[in-house]
Amino acid sequence: MNALSKPETGGILSLALVIAILPAFLPNSFYFDVVILVGINAIVCVGLNLLIGYTGQISLGHAGFFGLGAYFSGILVSIHGWPPLVALIAGAVFVGVLAYILARPVMKLRGHYLAMGTLGMGIVISIVLNQEGDLTGGPDGMPVDAFSVFGWEPGNELTWYWMVGGLLLIAVWLALNLINSPVGRALRAVHGSEVAASVAGVDVARYKSLVFVVSAVFASVAGSLFAHYSGFLTPSEADFFHSIELVTMVVLGGMASVFGAVVGAAVLTLLPQLLTVFHDYEMLVFGAAMMITMIFMRRGLVPTLQSAFNRWRK
Amino acid sequence: MFAEFLQFLFSGITVGAIYALVGLGFAIIYNASNVINFAQGEFVMLGGMGTVFFIGLGLPMPLAVLLAVSLTVIVGFGLERFAVEPARDAPIVTLIIITIGASIFLRGAAQLVWDRNFHSVASFSGSDPIMIGGASILPQSLWILGCTVVIVIALHMFFNHSMTGKSIIATSHNPLAAKLMGINTSMVLLMSFGLSALLGASAGILIAPISLTYTGVGIMLGLKGFCAAVLGGLGKPMGAIAGGLLVGISEAMTAGYISSAYKDAVAFIIILAVLFLMPNGLFGGRGTERV
Amino acid sequence: MKSLFKKAGLTALVAVSAIGLATGSAKAEETIKIGSFLAVTGGASFLGDPEKKTLDMYVEKINSEGGVLGRKLELIVYDSGGDPKKAVPFAKRLISDDKVDILLAGSTTGATMAVIPIVEKAGIPFISFGGAGVIINPVKKWVFKTPHTDTLAVQKIYNDMKSRGISKIGLLSGSGGFDKSCRKNVLDLADGAGMGVVADETHGKGDTDMTAQITKIKNSAGVQAMLYCGFGGATSIVAKNFKQLGVDIPHYQTHGSASKSFIKNADGGAEGVRLPAAALVVVDALPDSHPQKKVASAYKKMYEAKTGSEISSFGGHAYDGLMLAVEAITRAGTTDKAAVLAELEKTNNFIGVDGIYTMSPTDHLGLDEASFVMVEVKDGDWKMLK
Repeated sequence: MNALSKPETGGILSLALVIAILPAFLPNSFYFDVVILVGINAIVCVGLNLLIGYTGQISLGHAGFFGLGAYFSGILVSIHGWPPLVALIAGAVFVGVLAYILARPVMKLRGHYLAMGTLGMGIVISIVLNQEGDLTGGPDGMPVDAFSVFGWEPGNELTWYWMVGGLLLIAVWLALNLINSPVGRALRAVHGSEVAASVAGVDVARYKSLVFVVSAVFASVAGSLFAHYSGFLTPSEADFFHSIELVTMVVLGGMASVFGAVVGAAVLTLLPQLLTVFHDYEMLVFGAAMMITMIFMRRGLVPTLQSAFNRWRK
Repeated sequence: MFAEFLQFLFSGITVGAIYALVGLGFAIIYNASNVINFAQGEFVMLGGMGTVFFIGLGLPMPLAVLLAVSLTVIVGFGLERFAVEPARDAPIVTLIIITIGASIFLRGAAQLVWDRNFHSVASFSGSDPIMIGGASILPQSLWILGCTVVIVIALHMFFNHSMTGKSIIATSHNPLAAKLMGINTSMVLLMSFGLSALLGASAGILIAPISLTYTGVGIMLGLKGFCAAVLGGLGKPMGAIAGGLLVGISEAMTAGYISSAYKDAVAFIIILAVLFLMPNGLFGGRGTERV
Repeated sequence: MKSLFKKAGLTALVAVSAIGLATGSAKAEETIKIGSFLAVTGGASFLGDPEKKTLDMYVEKINSEGGVLGRKLELIVYDSGGDPKKAVPFAKRLISDDKVDILLAGSTTGATMAVIPIVEKAGIPFISFGGAGVIINPVKKWVFKTPHTDTLAVQKIYNDMKSRGISKIGLLSGSGGFDKSCRKNVLDLADGAGMGVVADETHGKGDTDMTAQITKIKNSAGVQAMLYCGFGGATSIVAKNFKQLGVDIPHYQTHGSASKSFIKNADGGAEGVRLPAAALVVVDALPDSHPQKKVASAYKKMYEAKTGSEISSFGGHAYDGLMLAVEAITRAGTTDKAAVLAELEKTNNFIGVDGIYTMSPTDHLGLDEASFVMVEVKDGDWKMLK
C-alpha cells in the first residue's frame, strides 16, 4: 500500500495502463510501427536522462552506443549466425566495457570540453561504421535478420509492441530504482554541486562513470532491438544528428524526470510522422521547437506542466 | 615524391584555412559570452548559398558576395537577440541545445527558401591550376590563404586598437567589471555574433568554388571548426587558427599517406587524444568550469 | 540558377500527389495505387526530381486518356532524400497504410536494397530505378529494375578503352551502394577484359575534396586512364579536381554521371570525360531507323514541354518503369499482385526509352549492352561516339 502511494509507482502503473490499452486505438500496422519506434527511443532516453538529468553531464554522442549495439546485432546475427539474444547481450557487454573504459577520461571533462569529447566519440564511431563497409555495408547500410529466442519469432507488429512495451517498463523501473537508491541520492548531489558532493564523501567520479555505463548499455540494447525490428541498418543511426535528437528528447520531455524522457521520445518521434504532409517544414519546426522549449520551458514539458498543475490545484 | 607531399600540403592548408576561419568564429563568440555557437557552420552555409542566390538574381559577383555576407551578419544578430540573449543565464546544456536548434532551424529555412541541390560558384580568378614544384595549386586556394591572412590581421588590429574590440576583450575577461566600467556588454555580445557571422560567411564563400555548396555544407565544416577552436584552447583566437591549420594538414596527410576513408575522423581523433591528455586544449590555460 | 526559384515545383517530401480526376468520378478503392519513394531532394535529387516529374506527368496523361482497366491511377510519392534509412519506413507505410498495388520507386541502389526485405516479405511487385546490378542479381522474386546495370556499363567502358589501347587504369569510387557495386564489377571484369587496375582509391560519402586520391592515381606506375564509379554531386567534384591537378590521361565515369548538372557543376572539368549512357541523352543524334528513336523523342518532347528543363536519362528510368507496370497490369486484367508479377516476367520486346526489354523469371532487367551508347562531353554537351 505504501509502495503504491509513491508517485513513481503511480507513474509506472499509469505508463503500464497506457501501454495496455493503446493497441485498441491503433488502426493498422503503420501506427504500431510508429509506436514501437517511440518505445525504442524512450528506452534510450530513460537511460540518457539518468546521465543528463540526474548527473548534469551532457552526451552528444549517445547515438554512437545505439549504433554499436545495433551493428553488433546486425553483424553477429546476419553474418555470423549468432542467436539474436546472445548477440544483443554481447553487444551490451561490449558497449558497457567500452563505456567503462571511456568513462574515466570523458567524465573528467567539463562543460564544453565534455560536449566536444562526447561529440567526437560519437562521430568516430559513426565514421568507423561508415567506412568498415565489408562488415557494415557502408553508408548504404545492411539488412538484419529477424529477432528470435529459441526458435520463437515476434512475427507481427503486435508482438513487437508487447516486447518493446515490456522492456520500456523494465527500463523505467530500473531507472526509478537507481534514482531512489543511495547511489541516486549521490547522483543528485553531483548535479547540485560536485565540490559539495565530494566533500560529503560521495565518490563523484565512480558514480558518474556508473551512470555513463548504464546509459550506454540502455542505448545499446535499444539499438539491438531496433536493428532486428527495422530489418535494416544504416550508419546514420549512430550519427551526430541522431545524438542530438536523443538529447533533445530528454531535454524537451524534462530533465531529471523519467517520464519526461518517455514523453519527450513520444513527442519527437511522432512529430515527423505528423509533419509528413508538411515535410518541407520538418527541420524548421524541429529546430524552432528545440529553441522555444529551451528558452521558455527550460525544465522541459513534464516538469513544467507538473508544477503548473500543482499550482492550479492549490 | 616531394611533389606528392607538396600536393597534400596545398590541399591541407587550403581547407585548414577554412577551418581556421570557422574556428575563429567559435573563439570570438566564446570569448564574449562563454557560449559555444553550434550554428557557426550555418553561417558558412549562408555565405555560400547566399552568394549562389544573389548571383542567380543576375547580380555581379562582388555585389552578391557583399549581400550574402550582410545577410549572414543580420542572421547572426538575430540569433544573438532572439535565441541566445533570452537564455543568457541558462546552464551550458541548455545553451548548447538552443544553438543546435538554431542551426537545424537555419538549415531547414535555407532548404525551404532555396533547395537541397549542389550548386557551383565560379572561381574568383579562373580555374587553371598553377604548378609549383610539380604540385598544382588553384588560384582559388591562393585567394583563400590571402583572405585568411588579411582577415586575421584586420581582427588583430580590431581587438587591439579599436574601442569596440577592446571592450569585447574586456568583457571576456570579466563581464561584471566591464559592465561597471560602462561597457555596454549586451552590445558587445551582439557585435561578437555579427563578427563571427562575417567570418563564417567569408569562409563559406571562399570555399564554394572549390567544393560546391549546398544547404548541408555547414554541418561538417562547423564541427571541424569547433575541433579547431577546442584544439587551440577555447577562446584563443590564434590557437583556433593554429588548430584549423593543424586539422586541415593532418587530414590531407592522412588521406594521402594512410587512408582516405578515415580522413574525417582525424580531427576528432586528435581532439579526443588532446582532451584525454590535456583536458584544456593544446594551447589552453585554466579550466572553464562555471560553478 | 533558375532551379532555386522553382522550389514550389519541387513540392518536396510526402506531398501526396493524388493525381488526376480521381476525386470526382472514381472512388478511392477503384483507383490503381502506385506507391513511390524517390530522392526528390538531397544529394541525389538529380535522380529523384526528374523521376517524380516523369511519373506525375504520365500518370496524369494516362488518366486523361481513361486510365488503366477503366480505373484511374493514383500516385503516392514520398521523398526519401536518397537516404536508405528514410526509405524503409516509407516502404512500410506505402505497403501497409496506403495499401498500394505496385511500387515504382528507389532512385538509388542504397534505398532499393534497404527495402527489398520488406518488399519480399509483403509480396508486392517493385520496379526500382536504382543503378547497380546487385538489385536483380541474384534475382529476387518481386524486384525488377529499369536502368542499365553497372555490369553493362563497365563492359561498355572496357570496350571503349581497349579501342583506344588502354590496358592499365586507376579506379576511384565512392562508398554508396552503386559505387561499391560498380567497383566490384570493375575489379571482377578486369581480368576477362585484359585490363589491369593499378590503383584502387575510394572516397567517403559527402566528401568535397578528392585531390589526395586523384594525386595517388596520377602517380601510380603505368596508369593510362582513370575510371570513377559514383553518382551525384561527387561526380562533378571528381571532374573538377581531375582538371585542377592537371592530370592528362583519359577520364571515364559511368551512367551515374549522365545528367547535365554533372557538366554544369564541374566548372569546365567535365570536358573530355567519357561515359556510357542511355540513348535517350543523345536522342537527337540517333538515326531515324533506331528502334528507340520514336519513344525517346516523344518522351523528350513531352518532358521538356511540361517541365521546361532538359531531359536526363534518369527520368527515362521512371518512364520505362511506369509503362512496364501499366502494360503488365493491362495484360493481367487485374491488380492481383501475383498476376502482375507473372505478366512483368513475360515482358517481351517492350520498347522503352532506356532500351528494349525482354524479361524472364531469371532476368528482371531485360536490357543488353546494345541499348547503351558511349558519349563524350564536348563544349558542355553530350556527343555520341562512333
